[in-house]
Amino acid sequence: MPIKILMPALSPTMTEGNLVKWHKKVGDKVKSGDLLAEIETDKATMEVEAVDEGIIGKLVVEEGAQGVAINSVIAVLLEKGEDKSVLDAMDFEIPKPTVTETNLEVKAEPASIVNEEPKTQFTSNSNNSKEHIFASPLAKRIASDQNINLNNVLGTGPHGRILKADVLASSKSSTSSHEGPIVRIAQEYKTIANSNIRKVIARRLSESKQNVPHTYLSIDCNVDKLLELRHDINHARSADVNAVRVSVNDIIIKAVALTLKQVPEANSAWTDEAILQYNNIDISVAVSIDGGLITPIIFNADQKSIFTISKEVKELAAKARAGTLKPHEFQGGGFSISNLGMYGIKQFNAIVNHPQSCILAVGANIPTPIVKNNKIEIANILCVTLSSDHRSLDGAMSAKFLQSFKEIIENPVRLLLGY
Amino acid sequence: MNQITLREALRDAMAEEMRADPNVFVMGEEVAEYQGAYKVTQGLLEEFGSKRVVDTPITEHGFAGLGVGAAMGGLRPIVEFMTFNFAMQAIDQIINSAAKTKYMSGGLIKCPIVFRGPNGSAARVGAQHSQCYASWYSHIPGLTVISPYFASDAKALLKAAIKYDSPVIFLEHELLYGNSFPDEDKEVEIGKANIVTEGSDVTITTFSLQVRNAIKAAEELSKEGISVEIIDLLTLRPLDRETIINSVKKTNRLVTVEEGWAFAGIGASIGAIIMEEAFDYLDAPIINIAAKDVPLPYAANLEKLALPQVEDIIKACREVCFRSK
Repeated sequence: MPIKILMPALSPTMTEGNLVKWHKKVGDKVKSGDLLAEIETDKATMEVEAVDEGIIGKLVVEEGAQGVAINSVIAVLLEKGEDKSVLDAMDFEIPKPTVTETNLEVKAEPASIVNEEPKTQFTSNSNNSKEHIFASPLAKRIASDQNINLNNVLGTGPHGRILKADVLASSKSSTSSHEGPIVRIAQEYKTIANSNIRKVIARRLSESKQNVPHTYLSIDCNVDKLLELRHDINHARSADVNAVRVSVNDIIIKAVALTLKQVPEANSAWTDEAILQYNNIDISVAVSIDGGLITPIIFNADQKSIFTISKEVKELAAKARAGTLKPHEFQGGGFSISNLGMYGIKQFNAIVNHPQSCILAVGANIPTPIVKNNKIEIANILCVTLSSDHRSLDGAMSAKFLQSFKEIIENPVRLLLGY
Repeated sequence: MNQITLREALRDAMAEEMRADPNVFVMGEEVAEYQGAYKVTQGLLEEFGSKRVVDTPITEHGFAGLGVGAAMGGLRPIVEFMTFNFAMQAIDQIINSAAKTKYMSGGLIKCPIVFRGPNGSAARVGAQHSQCYASWYSHIPGLTVISPYFASDAKALLKAAIKYDSPVIFLEHELLYGNSFPDEDKEVEIGKANIVTEGSDVTITTFSLQVRNAIKAAEELSKEGISVEIIDLLTLRPLDRETIINSVKKTNRLVTVEEGWAFAGIGASIGAIIMEEAFDYLDAPIINIAAKDVPLPYAANLEKLALPQVEDIIKACREVCFRSK
């Protein structure tokens, strides 16, 4: 019996194909596995191999034929011993649509093939008229209940049918239940115009970073006693409703001021001919405001009590955020302090506030295991980093500053004594 | 637990009801002197006498009609057909005289009759002696159709059928008469199915001899990790829809098994019911296992191939549970 070779369905959506090229001609022997033809589908051009064996009796469809329906006869193989004459008796009508072997072999992949706009409702079949999603009634119900798009689910049932287990696996695997197609915004960027303060920060900090040779020294301070002191201060004043709470930073400002009395070299400015050592201890305190950063000044901090410092810092910060700081309130200063401890930052290197020589970067206080008397204890450790202009301060001088600062901070009774 | 054969259980059911109610009597071919063509009525003639255990001539239409008349007249006959193949001779009496009369008389004329006998295949008895009539009788409103497997169910249901005031078709199976089953007294309600084994992956509904095949299939499948729930339907009409639906809601898969042919059969009806009432719970198509669509062959090998076997049930369960790796 001559064997009819049919146009195979090479994908679940294929309804017709183009016969691009025959690799065999009439009279050629065909073995199973031989390349028969190249067929162009709606998606790609695929090579089709022979399943049966025999001799090509007739190529029913010509090379280049377009729109050949699947399951229509494209060629006829003669079995061993058959003569061409048997072909005359055959008719080459398109057989009734039945599931052929080739259809069964192709696993349906409803998910990946066509990525149409994901639709979450499945009640109307017309939505998917281009491509029918095979899913069991149970799977469809579960998907609809859980808002899962069946287009994104891989089916493991027969013929790639989506089953309940597939839908459940899909909902478990993606925490964001559907990753839709990636949306790329055409406009590459938003244009945020630079405010004046932004421009000033940019200019000044670039200038500083490029022109000032920075050195960075860090030291860890045990602030257990400091925290106790702060607690006691605030507790003592708790009865007074007008009393403002003193923060660790307020105390640090005072400590820095006292340190500068001992190490006045750190309170200076470099010029080519001379180092200008300031006679007053004015501390610039970095305050974060909307869209930028500003450094209001605590003048003569060494002479002010912690309470005064605390009060002034709060007032200045409020003014800074309101944008009502006067120039004389933030222009000047001999030494800067920047504190990012409230963000949990352990350690950082600040940029020197030129023409000043130094800036102290204060980190968060972190309970840390330390060794004391050969035993491990937990202490609150605060890391401070001094960025210095190496032209004004050599490394040793910076180290001296930090050493003195640490001494005061770790023995806060020194704040009482004033040195 | 004591064991009892199916035939003994059926006999005991009839004997107990005959003792309890003098209006109950048995008639059929060979039921009296011969002790029953399959010895189901053994000993009854001796206990109850020839007025209560009546041998009939070979005239199914005649004695079926006689029985219907007796029932309408106030007696409670049990009519034995040597097989239900022969009941086709009497089917007009069964359907038109017995089944429809209560309805047609506005409930005034009742017909408390039981038609019982072997149904389905035997061993190489040929096509004309091997048909399963479950779907024929289950089609008719006015009939109650019962087809048990276990002896304890058979006894309980036959007693219930005898006590029932409307016509009952009681389908037994020749190949089971000699089988021993646990002997236990139980109450079984007409219209209630029984869950023989509980499972979670697939529900099998079946009745009569195929229950045995289902149990064997389930054992094999459990080794592959497929957990099968077997429902012994017991009553085919009225069908215990609730038990079947609840089971399918649990397992999400259904395989129906019957000895008769597929088209217009019990499995087809169950499939339609489940599709309509439990559509959203189905994770796979329903598979119906039935006899091959041929009059039953006579040759032993062909007979085996034509009837549902354990392997067919196993394959169907694997198919509905299929998932590619």
